[in-house]
Amino acid sequence: MFNILKMAAKNLTRYRRRTFLTTMLITLGVVAVLLFVSVSGSFKTMMIGQITDSMLGHLQVHRKGYLASIDSLPLNKNLNQKQVKKLEEILRSEEAVESYTFRIKLGAMFSNYAETTNIRLNAVMPDKELQTMPLLGDRIIEGEKEGLLKKGEILLPELIAKGMKVKVGDTIVLVANNKDGSVNGQSFLVRGVLEGISGPGGRDGIMHLEDARSLLRIEEMEVSEVAIRLKSIDQMEDVFNGLKAQLSSMTNKEGKPVFELHTWEKLSPFFNIAKMIDLMTLFIKVMLVAIVLVSIMNVMIMAVYERINEIGTIAAIGTRPGKILALFVTEGFLLGLLGTISGTIISLIGITAMNLSKLTFNFGRQTGLELAPTIDASDIVVTVLIVIFIAVLGSLQPALKAARMDPIAALRHV
Amino acid sequence: MSLIKAMQLEKTYVTGDIEVKAIRGVDFTIEPASFVSFIGPSGSGKSTLLNMIGCLDPPTGGKLIVADQDITNLARNQAADFRGNTIGFVFQDFNLIPVLTVYENIEYPLLMVQKWSVGDRKKRVMSLLEAVGMADQADKYPSQISGGQKQRVAVARALVTNAKLVLADEPTANLDRETANRIISMMKTMRDEFQTTFIFSTHDPKVVKSAEVIFTIEDGKLQKNGSEVGGTHV
Repeated sequence: MFNILKMAAKNLTRYRRRTFLTTMLITLGVVAVLLFVSVSGSFKTMMIGQITDSMLGHLQVHRKGYLASIDSLPLNKNLNQKQVKKLEEILRSEEAVESYTFRIKLGAMFSNYAETTNIRLNAVMPDKELQTMPLLGDRIIEGEKEGLLKKGEILLPELIAKGMKVKVGDTIVLVANNKDGSVNGQSFLVRGVLEGISGPGGRDGIMHLEDARSLLRIEEMEVSEVAIRLKSIDQMEDVFNGLKAQLSSMTNKEGKPVFELHTWEKLSPFFNIAKMIDLMTLFIKVMLVAIVLVSIMNVMIMAVYERINEIGTIAAIGTRPGKILALFVTEGFLLGLLGTISGTIISLIGITAMNLSKLTFNFGRQTGLELAPTIDASDIVVTVLIVIFIAVLGSLQPALKAARMDPIAALRHV
Repeated sequence: MSLIKAMQLEKTYVTGDIEVKAIRGVDFTIEPASFVSFIGPSGSGKSTLLNMIGCLDPPTGGKLIVADQDITNLARNQAADFRGNTIGFVFQDFNLIPVLTVYENIEYPLLMVQKWSVGDRKKRVMSLLEAVGMADQADKYPSQISGGQKQRVAVARALVTNAKLVLADEPTANLDRETANRIISMMKTMRDEFQTTFIFSTHDPKVVKSAEVIFTIEDGKLQKNGSEVGGTHV
């Protein structure tokens, strides 16, 4: 095998420029794939992380039918105390669940004493919310981040803070209807300003759960939404299936399920963007396969055509057809290997350079998001294996032609 | 014991409806360590005969025994192995591999056809380089040596595997007179040294003169000219 490798390597030096150009073409393909995978993958991971770790969690539980009417934030579709307790029991027994947080989602009138507007709010238990949404603190762009908020305080979404000219430390008034239709108002201290992010709830304000209960005059433990954080996002499907089975067995008096369970993928439109990114990655990989296949086939067909006489010679002096086949396939393999090695090195340098230069980009209303591309070893291995496999595949047809060549016809070829 | 024995050997090429009888039932024997020339006009069948002896082209009739082996109907791999172990080839255009040095060209059959150890390979290649007077050119590439030197390397490559038989199709056709004579004389020396049978086809009457056994082929048949059928001992 070593002798074949040595011979194949020598043959590649025959037309150095052609070998260089083919290798460069494969290198470019590999660089394009690896850089795209790293940049898009990092973007995807960052956005998913932001969505799940600062807003949605990995899974959410609502009362059946709540999600369909979430736009109106219906208080009459909250989970009641008994249902919340039952749900807590289930979540506590699930090992994969790291934490969970209860929320009351409400709409209110917001007044700065001069102007009034509408505001959507998530009322939360700060400790539990921070445990479940570890990146939520990072969204506080003005005001104190520590501890999220206390009773009597409110975190305002950036748009409302700017639009209503409200600053940290100001007092505002919230007026809300409870589920019976009566109105109540309370004043709150602006504790901070929240950065808006893409997706549902990304532009909601945050208040304390106790304050919401007082504002809405809710006496029992009522919850609109339970957001769940798992120990690992990779467990999401298994946990979802397990919880779904448990929750669907709980029915109301009419025999209908009480709960509905969703993954973040169902709740956020970014999942479709993530899927599109995956599709584009696949498309880029298909392009790479085409580049490698065409360039290797082309160069190997040329190599066989130009060396017909030589093939006749080596066949005549006793080289077995299988060895001739191996010789040409190894040439294709080496071209693929060279291309992937140089492509991987260039890609790693490019990724490091991008990280060092701290490139930023905007997404939706979010600005200055820092691009921190990384690439998994598995992505590199998969790309290398694809290229080498295609390189071998591309050289197989010309190699078979060489191996099957009649030595006499080959020797007579001019 | 003869090295080559051909019995009613035939070769017919069929192209569409046209049948061409290139060799028409020839019988001959060639003894070991002989220096043989096949002569005849173009298209007479001498190359076809050489190709059949060289296991490159199977006969369509008769029987051909080379080095005690019936090679009439060998499979591709068997034929390749037989060539690699028994026969050496010298071509009109030298057919050296351009990316290999003189040393590596001679080493090629030991590396890719037979499996010799590094030490044995080196010893054998060096002895052949000495024998053909190319030891000082070992590291040069074919493009850096003359035609005569290329043919010396080709002869060394043909002999390196301890071949019992070397087939040379028009080995001097691309060489000037003086170089051609030197190559023929070197081949004779090699025959004496290694007891290898050399068979070559040629048009060149002066080269023919150096042969010890001459077979004349005309229209696919061996002509009776000498003490044995088709062979003339000079």
